[in-house]
Amino acid sequence: MASRTSTRARPAARERTREPEQPPSSRLTREQKLELYYFMRLTRSLEERLVNLYRQTKVVGGLFRSLGQEADAVGSAYALDRASGDFLSPLIRNLGSMLVQGAEPLEIIRQYMAKGDSPTRGRELNIHFGDLERGFIGQISHLGDMVPVMAGVTLSFKLRGEKRVGLVYVGDGATSTGAFHEGINLAAVQRCPLVVIVENNGYAYSTPTERQSAVKEFKDKAFAYGIPGVRADGNDVLAVYDVTKDAVDRARRGEGVTLIELVTYRRKGHAEHDNQSYVPAGEIEWWEKNNDPLDRYISVLLDDAGVKREELDAIDARVQQEIDAATDLADQSPMPEPTDALEGVYAVPERVEPLWFRRGVGSAVEKNERAAGWGTYDG
Amino acid sequence: MAEITYLEGIKQALHEEMERDENVFVMGEDIGAYGGAFKVTDGLLAAFGEGRVIDTPISEAAIVGAAAGAAHMGMRPVCEMQFIDFISCAYDILTNYVATSRYRAFLPCPLVVRGPSGGYVRGGPFHSQNPEAAFLHTPGLKIVYPATARDAKGLLKAAIRDDDPVLYFEHKYLYRRIKEDIPEGEDIVVPIGKARTAREGKDLSIITYAATVWKSLEAAEQLEKEDGLSVEVIDLRSLAPLDDEAIIATVKKTNRVMIVHEDTRTGGVAGEVTARINENAFEWLDAPILRVTAADVPLPYSPPLEDYVLPQTPDIVQVARRLAAY
Repeated sequence: MASRTSTRARPAARERTREPEQPPSSRLTREQKLELYYFMRLTRSLEERLVNLYRQTKVVGGLFRSLGQEADAVGSAYALDRASGDFLSPLIRNLGSMLVQGAEPLEIIRQYMAKGDSPTRGRELNIHFGDLERGFIGQISHLGDMVPVMAGVTLSFKLRGEKRVGLVYVGDGATSTGAFHEGINLAAVQRCPLVVIVENNGYAYSTPTERQSAVKEFKDKAFAYGIPGVRADGNDVLAVYDVTKDAVDRARRGEGVTLIELVTYRRKGHAEHDNQSYVPAGEIEWWEKNNDPLDRYISVLLDDAGVKREELDAIDARVQQEIDAATDLADQSPMPEPTDALEGVYAVPERVEPLWFRRGVGSAVEKNERAAGWGTYDG
Repeated sequence: MAEITYLEGIKQALHEEMERDENVFVMGEDIGAYGGAFKVTDGLLAAFGEGRVIDTPISEAAIVGAAAGAAHMGMRPVCEMQFIDFISCAYDILTNYVATSRYRAFLPCPLVVRGPSGGYVRGGPFHSQNPEAAFLHTPGLKIVYPATARDAKGLLKAAIRDDDPVLYFEHKYLYRRIKEDIPEGEDIVVPIGKARTAREGKDLSIITYAATVWKSLEAAEQLEKEDGLSVEVIDLRSLAPLDDEAIIATVKKTNRVMIVHEDTRTGGVAGEVTARINENAFEWLDAPILRVTAADVPLPYSPPLEDYVLPQTPDIVQVARRLAAY
C-alpha cells in the first residue's frame, strides 16, 4: 500500500510552470509595462514594510502576504477599465489588485495598524476594505461569498445597460464552497459581465489542491456552468493581463462569464504566524529561485522591452519613498475613539444606544426609577 | 374603499413600489411566469418584464448575495424565499455579509428578503417555520412581521424604501384569511420599529405579532365575556428594532404582561421582550411575565400533532387567567 507521504511529494507542483507559452503582450505600451512593474514592486515592498511593522507589534492582527503572487493580482486588475467604472472584489492575496484600482499604501498601513482614520475606522482588518468610487468592494472572511455579491454587482450593470465589467477573485480553496457554485451559476445563467479568477496557489491554508478538489485543473469547473474556462501562467504578468483582458472584453460585449485559472504559488504561509511545516522540503525554494514573478518580469523588461536597469531602479526608489512617507503618516494616526464602535450599524438609527453600564451607573438608576440604594452602587 | 387580503396587500406594495422606483426589482424562484408558489408575484412579469422580475436558480445564498451586490450599486432588490424556511440557506450571506456591510465597509445595502412564513397550515417541518429569532440576534438587520392587510402593504413599502436590509416575514395562514378595507391608491407606509395597539385594555397586556395577534384578539374577546377582563393586545409588527416605548407603556398601563408567539420557546422573541421589561420596568409589574409559545420541537405535519405544538386560543385564555389571578 502506498504510503500517505507520497501525496506530499506533490509531483504536480514543479510542473506548474509556464503554460501556456505566450509572447509578451503587444497590447500594452512601454509606459504601461513599466506601470505594471511599479505595482508589482509596490505590492512586494509594501508587504515587506508590513512585516517590519508586524515584528514591531504595530500591526495589531494577522498579516497576509502575496509573495510570489504579485503578477496574478496586478496583471489581472490592470485589464479592467477604470474609466468605464469597472469593479473588482479582491481576496486576501490581492493587495496588488487593490493598488491598481487606486488603494493607497497609507490606507493599507493604517488599516493593518487598526487606526481610527483607516478606511474602515478600525472596524475591519488587513485589506478588508473597499471604495465604491474607485471600484473595489471589500471581501469578508467567508470564502466564496464575494462571487454571488459580484454576480449582483454585474447584474446591476446588465439591468441598467451599462458597459461595465466586474472581476472577482477566489482561491483554489473557495471553489469548494457552496457560495462559489451558486454565485457563478447564477451569473452564468444571467450572462452577467463577470470574470471569475481562480488563483490556484497550491494551498488553502495548509490543504494542498489535490485534497481540495478531484479536478486536475480548476478551469475544468467552468464546463459545468456552461461558460469558457481558461488557464494561464499566473506568474507571467503579461500573460495574466492578456488572458484577463480577453475575458473582460468578452464580458463587455455581453457574452457573459469567463472563469480564469491562474496558476501560481503561495511562498508564504496562510498568514505570518504559519510556519508552513506542511510544505515539502525544497518546494518554496524552487519557486523562489526559478519562478519568481518579479524576477521573470524584470528579465522580460530588460531583454525584450528595451527597458534600462536604471529605469527600474528609479521606480524602486520611488516605491520606497512612497512607503516611507506612508509609514510615517500612519504611525502618527490616532487610534479610534471607543464610542465610534456604536456608529453606523444602520443607516437609521445612525447610532446604537450605549449600554447603561457604559454610560455611568447613576443615569441607569435614574432612568429605571429604581429605589436608591437597592443593590446598586450610585457613587 | 376596496376590501383586500393580506396577500393582495403584499402584491399591491410590490406593484406600487416597482412603479414608483425603477431601481426596485424582484428576484426569486418561480416568481416570473408562474407567479410564485403562493402567487404573490403574479402579474409582475407582465407589468415589468424579465429585467425586473428575475427567475433564479435554486440558490438562496446567490439570490441574497446578488441582491446585496446590486443594492451596493444603487438598486433596491426584493428577494423572495419560496418558503421562509429556506432563508437558512442564505444565513451566512445575510448575517456575515449583508448585516455587516454598512458597519465594516460603509456599503449601502437596501434590500428586502421576504417569504411565506409560519404554521397552522399542515406544512410540516420545512414549510412552516418562523425563523425570525435566528436573525434577531444579528446587529445590522431589521425584521418586520405584519398581522394585518394594511400592515402587510405598508410595512413592505417601508421595507423597500428603507436604507437598511429588512427581513419581511409574511404569514401564509393569513394570506387569504385576513381582509381589510383599504382606500384605493393610498400610499400606505407603516413606519418600521413602531408597534400597534390592536386592542385597548387595562387589566393585562398580551404582547404578540403575526398570526398569534388574531388568536390573542380572539382570547381577549372570550376573556372579556367570560371573565370581565379588559385585555390589551400589542402587535409588535417590527421585531428589529423593537418598540421599547410601546412595550414599556403597556407594562405601566396594565402591570401584567404575557407574550405570545408562534415560534418555539427557547431563545425566542418572548425572552428578549421579557428581559427588556425586566431591565426597564421591573417595578411596574404586579406579576411575573408569562409566555405562550410553541413547544421546543420541530413543527410536525399531522393535524393533531401540529395543533398540539402550536399556541392556540385556549392556551392564551388559560395563561391570561393565571396572570390575572396572580
